[in-house]
Amino acid sequence: MAGNEPNARPRAPHLQVYKWGPAMAVSILHRASGDGLAIVGAGLFLWWLGAIAAGPEAYAAFVACIWHDPNPEISLFHQITNILGKVVLIGLTWAFFQHLFSGLRHLVLDTGAGYELKTNKLWSTVVIAAGVFATAATWLYILAGAL
Amino acid sequence: MGDGSHLGKVRGLGSSGHGSHHWLQQRLTALGNILLVGFLFVSLIRLPLGDHGAVLRWATNPMVALALILMVVSVFWHLRLGLQVLIEDYVHGPMRLLALVLLNFYAIGGAAYGIFTIARIALAPVVAGPGGM
Repeated sequence: MAGNEPNARPRAPHLQVYKWGPAMAVSILHRASGDGLAIVGAGLFLWWLGAIAAGPEAYAAFVACIWHDPNPEISLFHQITNILGKVVLIGLTWAFFQHLFSGLRHLVLDTGAGYELKTNKLWSTVVIAAGVFATAATWLYILAGAL
Repeated sequence: MGDGSHLGKVRGLGSSGHGSHHWLQQRLTALGNILLVGFLFVSLIRLPLGDHGAVLRWATNPMVALALILMVVSVFWHLRLGLQVLIEDYVHGPMRLLALVLLNFYAIGGAAYGIFTIARIALAPVVAGPGGM
């Protein structure tokens, strides 16, 4: 990985020889969800703030782009971005809950607790399940309110 | 474990001495994020997001604006620390320095834009308009 340094320092272990487990999954999901929130989430938040500041027309254009364009002659571009926007928002909701729950797990691990194999496996599984459950509950709540 | 030799430090092989500082800041901003992003999340669920006037009334509330500014500071500080570790793990050679510089531009520039925009929304004179106040 590091390349061609002529030293004999130990290499990272080969990840693919390990049996994939919940603790490994929750670890890489913490990184993936954090990076998604940092780049896509923060970027969308700033775009939203800018649209609020720019006034009602700019805000309506923002909503028409990422959520729903009420124009009966909706452009192909907005047809695509209306779908893409919802996919991104659902993805960000999941990333938020996944990163929150596995972040809380990390704060517990920082105290030195929860490293026993069974405990670690249990809470890793709980974190992943809770992230999916909270995302589903949030969007059921949003869709129920929209009906 | 010692501190490494002087030569090792010069070669960049020793401890930088900033590890625990980075670690602690990541945890403290994480606690800030739980509170402040939690506030944003609940607000987003409850707000009629399609209604500019309603969103504007929410964002011009001084307590909301203050919470949003604190959130921007906490979030962008936290994401700078997190993405720094990502870059250090996966980007090698001269590209690493470039990636870290770009990360700092993004984190500082994004936070400045966010804080300025929140202040501008909160402090702008109220203009009457359709769907507005």
